[in-house]
Amino acid sequence: MEILQHLFDGFLIAFQPLNLGLVVLGVVVGLFIGAMPGLGSVNGVAILVPMTFLVPPTSAIIFLAAIYYGAMYGGAISSIMLGIPGASTAVATTFDGRPLALKGLADKALLAAAVASFFGGTLSVILFTGFAPPLASVALSFGDPEIFALMLLAFATFVGLSGDDIPKTIFSIAIGLVLSTVGFDFITGEPRLLLFNLDGFLNQINFLVLAIGIYGIGEMLWTIEVSRGNSTMSKAVITVNRMLGNVKELLGTWKIAVSSSFLGYFVGILPAAGATPGALMAYGVAKMTSKNADNFGKGEVAGVVAPEAANNAASTGSMLPMLTLGIPGSPTTAILLGAMVIWGITPGPTLFVDEPELVWGLTASLYVANLFALLANVFMIPLFLWVLRMPFTILAPVIFALSVIGGYAATQRLFDVWLMLVFGVVGYLMRKLDYPLAPAVLAIVLGPIAEPKLRQSLMISDGDFSIFVTRPISGTITVIAIILILMPLFKLIRDRMRGGSDRAA
Amino acid sequence: MRRAELTTAILLAAFSIYLMWKSAELPIGWLPGEGPGGGAFPFWLAAIMLASCVWIVINWFRRSSPPSQSNQPFMDRDAVQRFALVGGGVTAMIALIHVLGVFGALPLFLIYYIRFLGRHSWTTTLAIALSAPVVVFFFFDVALRVIMPKGYLEPLFLPLYDIFL
Repeated sequence: MEILQHLFDGFLIAFQPLNLGLVVLGVVVGLFIGAMPGLGSVNGVAILVPMTFLVPPTSAIIFLAAIYYGAMYGGAISSIMLGIPGASTAVATTFDGRPLALKGLADKALLAAAVASFFGGTLSVILFTGFAPPLASVALSFGDPEIFALMLLAFATFVGLSGDDIPKTIFSIAIGLVLSTVGFDFITGEPRLLLFNLDGFLNQINFLVLAIGIYGIGEMLWTIEVSRGNSTMSKAVITVNRMLGNVKELLGTWKIAVSSSFLGYFVGILPAAGATPGALMAYGVAKMTSKNADNFGKGEVAGVVAPEAANNAASTGSMLPMLTLGIPGSPTTAILLGAMVIWGITPGPTLFVDEPELVWGLTASLYVANLFALLANVFMIPLFLWVLRMPFTILAPVIFALSVIGGYAATQRLFDVWLMLVFGVVGYLMRKLDYPLAPAVLAIVLGPIAEPKLRQSLMISDGDFSIFVTRPISGTITVIAIILILMPLFKLIRDRMRGGSDRAA
Repeated sequence: MRRAELTTAILLAAFSIYLMWKSAELPIGWLPGEGPGGGAFPFWLAAIMLASCVWIVINWFRRSSPPSQSNQPFMDRDAVQRFALVGGGVTAMIALIHVLGVFGALPLFLIYYIRFLGRHSWTTTLAIALSAPVVVFFFFDVALRVIMPKGYLEPLFLPLYDIFL
């Protein structure tokens, strides 16, 4: 019951005029960002963080979370209408959303996406409300070794579960952590890693410099190269009668919506997984368990419902470890976490004790954001279709300009703007060679937290690394992390053995 | 693609070695009574970076990663051209900020991109290029009090400061 009381207080905060206005604005901006091919929640949040210093932290995070949500809804719009995923999280939505649109049933697909997103989002926020406080109170007892072990676990999930090239993933994590140590040694205050003896490196590298470089400049360069051809947009016919028929058909998919939401939520909690694989997995499961499996990929409504419910649920899921443990569950929440540090808030389990307004205001605003995103999605579809016609040659220069200005505003040093350009260009070139970049962003956010925890843990144990294994909680977490890191090795050995026995047979 | 994969791995390995060397300027060992030295954390991470690069090169020889199997060019002519035009434009914008400030560089960049790369009409171009600096000024300089760099155009803004700041 205590939770309901907190939630009620949260709603009082979420319904303050400023916050309510920001939820509405955030959702609309997010829908737009999500709908534009090439821009997803992470790009929007990274580029817009510097603009949020105008309002208090609680309002700022409510705004950014609303963008995150809106982008999850918006991604489906271009997946269905253009056949191009508006964000990577909406890739699975193209599988059946596009065929439906080509059959002239775009309205059905859009409605299914909106309702499924609402369902997935709301169910996952309810799960979040129930799970977060107990998890946070358990985490309150965590010491330095436990927190460090958790971070190790977060990085291990990238190695074990992300499916990217393993040495390149490890490289990305390590370089992100090294970049986070540039500036000075926080214990002695001595300058550290003064790269190429440039004075600009006497300051820490702000995580936004890397995040905007990669997700603003790098992402645009990437999209310019990938989207050479022109796309054709489908027509959507929207009438009340057709809508009623669509709603009826949607009600038949509720089981898929429930299972996809749960799946998305739990996948979303894992730092390396998140909304994209969550949506793909939900699509796979829906196809496997459906009676109309043959119809999947040809325009099956359930094929739109499953990924859309899952990707929204996953975005809530990724908030759970961010708010309770201080470990972001996705690149977007990594940026939210970094922003909290800039605002002077210490992320982690103490958040529930020290900043109840922020936690509960945010939680309540997620309910509001979901409801508003549903309404906006249903009633503003014609507007978004019009926006989608905006040529990329206008969007791209505006994003470049926003990145440069936002990058400057973050630290107010032109040096950092140059550094951002370098990160953007290098990140783009590395991405072309399959280097994953999200781990580096997560690492530069977590680095300044991880290093002190590691050094303090080692001071407690007098240099003995066994401290991470002998304490029961950190031991369990460390062992899971090590298993995850070694997982690709197990797979390799298994494949070898199989390959060997095949040859023998 | 194959050549790019190897070149990148070697360059990144060189950078890792540089980082290790640079980290070693601070103590990287155990300081009695103080814990690990300030250089230890970045040093060992840079060592991990180096090890990853070696692993990537091994995969290159074994042709086990997708880029090391691909015969596609890393960037074809078209991609290089786009990259040069766009990347060059952004670089020029940042360089111009040093001279003309944000409010000179920003409209020039927008005109360059929207009119000359995007081939949109002058009306569209100017509408965006001229309204953007106004929005930026009121949002950042006035509302957020984040003063954007003005370069040599600073004197022109003094009357505006008097009114709005």
